[in-house]
Amino acid sequence: MKRFHKLIALLAVLMMVFSLAACGNNSKSTVGTDTGESTDNTQSSGDAEATTDEASAPSDDLIVVGFSQVGAESDWRTANTESMKSTFSEANGYQLIFDDAQQKQENQIKAVRNFIQQDVDYIVIAPVTETGWDTVLQEAKEAGIPVIIVDRMIDVSDDSLFTAWVGSNFLQEGYNAVEWLAGYLDSKGRAEEPINIVTLQGTIGSSAQIGRTDGFAEKMAAYSNWTMLEKQTGEFTQSKGQEVMESFLKSYDDIDVVIAENDNMAFGAIDAIQAAGKTCGPDGDITIVSFDAVAAAFDAMIAGTMNVSIECNPLHGPRVAEIIQKLDAGETVDKLQYVEEGVFPAETAAEIKPTRAY
Amino acid sequence: MSKMRYIAGRIMGYRLFLPLLCLAIVLLVNVVKTPSFFEITIRNGVLYGYIVDIMNRSSELVILSIGMTLVVAASGGTDISVGAVSAVSGAVAIFILGGGQTSTDFYHAPYLLGFLAAIAVGALLGAWNGFLVAKMKIQPMVATLILYTAGRGIAQLITEGQILYLRVDHFKQLGGFIPGIPLPTPVFVAILCILVTLLLLKKTALGMYIQTVGINSKAARLVGLNSTRIKFLTYAFCGLCSGIAGMIITSRVYSIDANNAGLNIELDAILAVALGGNNLGGGRFSLLGSVIGAVTIQALTTTLYAMKVSADQLYVYKAVVVILIVALQSAELKRMLKNLRVRVAVQTGKEVA
Repeated sequence: MKRFHKLIALLAVLMMVFSLAACGNNSKSTVGTDTGESTDNTQSSGDAEATTDEASAPSDDLIVVGFSQVGAESDWRTANTESMKSTFSEANGYQLIFDDAQQKQENQIKAVRNFIQQDVDYIVIAPVTETGWDTVLQEAKEAGIPVIIVDRMIDVSDDSLFTAWVGSNFLQEGYNAVEWLAGYLDSKGRAEEPINIVTLQGTIGSSAQIGRTDGFAEKMAAYSNWTMLEKQTGEFTQSKGQEVMESFLKSYDDIDVVIAENDNMAFGAIDAIQAAGKTCGPDGDITIVSFDAVAAAFDAMIAGTMNVSIECNPLHGPRVAEIIQKLDAGETVDKLQYVEEGVFPAETAAEIKPTRAY
Repeated sequence: MSKMRYIAGRIMGYRLFLPLLCLAIVLLVNVVKTPSFFEITIRNGVLYGYIVDIMNRSSELVILSIGMTLVVAASGGTDISVGAVSAVSGAVAIFILGGGQTSTDFYHAPYLLGFLAAIAVGALLGAWNGFLVAKMKIQPMVATLILYTAGRGIAQLITEGQILYLRVDHFKQLGGFIPGIPLPTPVFVAILCILVTLLLLKKTALGMYIQTVGINSKAARLVGLNSTRIKFLTYAFCGLCSGIAGMIITSRVYSIDANNAGLNIELDAILAVALGGNNLGGGRFSLLGSVIGAVTIQALTTTLYAMKVSADQLYVYKAVVVILIVALQSAELKRMLKNLRVRVAVQTGKEVA
């Protein structure tokens, strides 16, 4: 019995160490002025805390930008952060106050209030959620600080609460997919053949899912020989994508094209296709069209299992900088601005990959 | 006639009859809608078909539901942290084996080390839950809520918020196929877990102890059972199961995604226990019932895919079927049916007279 008690005490201590480590990572702000700084530095430790004090005395000649980021949940997000950090460097005439919200809106609201107190010149927010921004943005407006939203849109009662939004045009990505597929089938001499398509949708209701599904459906209508056999959600994850694709393969013998609404689901689909003894990619039976174009997608294209990935560009930094420069010069800017997004087919993957930032 | 009724009564009185019936109904719907559902062929030297998919995909849920059953039986509460604990275990395994790199194609440490570490971490986190529930007497849902939220944070801390890939063919075998064996590996792992647990419960008095503690923890204490220790053990065991499930989940996708690995699987595990005809209030339990429940849940998902139900309606269908299954097994419904039968019998009796 005594030994048991000791064991429990030991476990308790261990758990406390664990939970301390978890707490130490909360709500940290860092001043990222060094272009070479990787996000790993801001991720790993609590030593970055309290550095906000330095930032509270911004130097006069630099434009001070406060950026509240969602977190670092994916490669895409990390690239987004990196783009902001490299754009708003001291060399470019900026001072960036970076805040990682750890996926929590309350952290973001706290960060924005901090930015207001520090009297930054511009506030940039990559919002965790769409709603709940009215109060804090009103405070920013009263303080006279322009707010630029990146990536996800926000839902506020008064549009004047933010100055501009920068993000992806998911509908256009859907159009891009159709355009590429039509050109590809044409080049293979299959423009007139009946083409059977299945879609692995993202999480139903997310803006990326809606845009990509609708965009594809809209443009696909022009090709009467294309048939959408089935659409099913893979919830943007590799494991669900694999599971749903397994089921598709059993339901249909003659799938020609798989549309995966993000790269992770495409990876799952590729595994399922190979497990069923079929092949995919440029030299295979099934054409894989994917979205996002993360680094691992380029690996898959180089390995010859994926045909194309349609970019969802995380490099928002330059576009945001452009807006800030215009505002600084007293010009007006367009409220909604889309970043440019490319289409990366497998043929070019090997040469493009080294130039990719994420 | 009376003999047949006796046999029918015996079959219907069998504890697992209703869970099995529900599973059979879910599967039989496919005979009408998808005749090819039960076809099993050999492709690439392995068995291929919807039924194999169900067995394969339900494995991690089966393993989790084993742990969950014992937790429910002993403490009358549920462990809602199993999904998060799986994610932590998976993260630990990939972190150790992949040397902490985002993507790697060779082992940086012996496989066994990563595997054992993952399971040990699962058991450790389970023990933490057990400590809170058994020793600190915190309500199970509240106690496990801590790891439910903190677990994914810990996993993200380990992975630094990235998806870590471990592209080693050997690592994929636990969630895929071992060369030369036609059945998916997770099925064997699940069966092994069931057998070991059953042996443990039946060959020792542990099963009876768990049941006794679950029915009345104070009375169990009075007859000399250490209720605290037994509850603690069930949570630690549940954590161990989560660790094993976490290994399968990560092996399937040879990567760890701290946000999504095992997401919402705790709800399915609790549902599996309920579908297995177990009382969520604790006490008498049936391990095989939960296993059947877990398979039923996966059978339902696969069936809905095979029936080509569109994504936005998927959850509605699932909910309706789950409500039907749970209602079918409720004691109240049985009582109502019995009353009805008696009333009908009385009515016909009167008419005859």
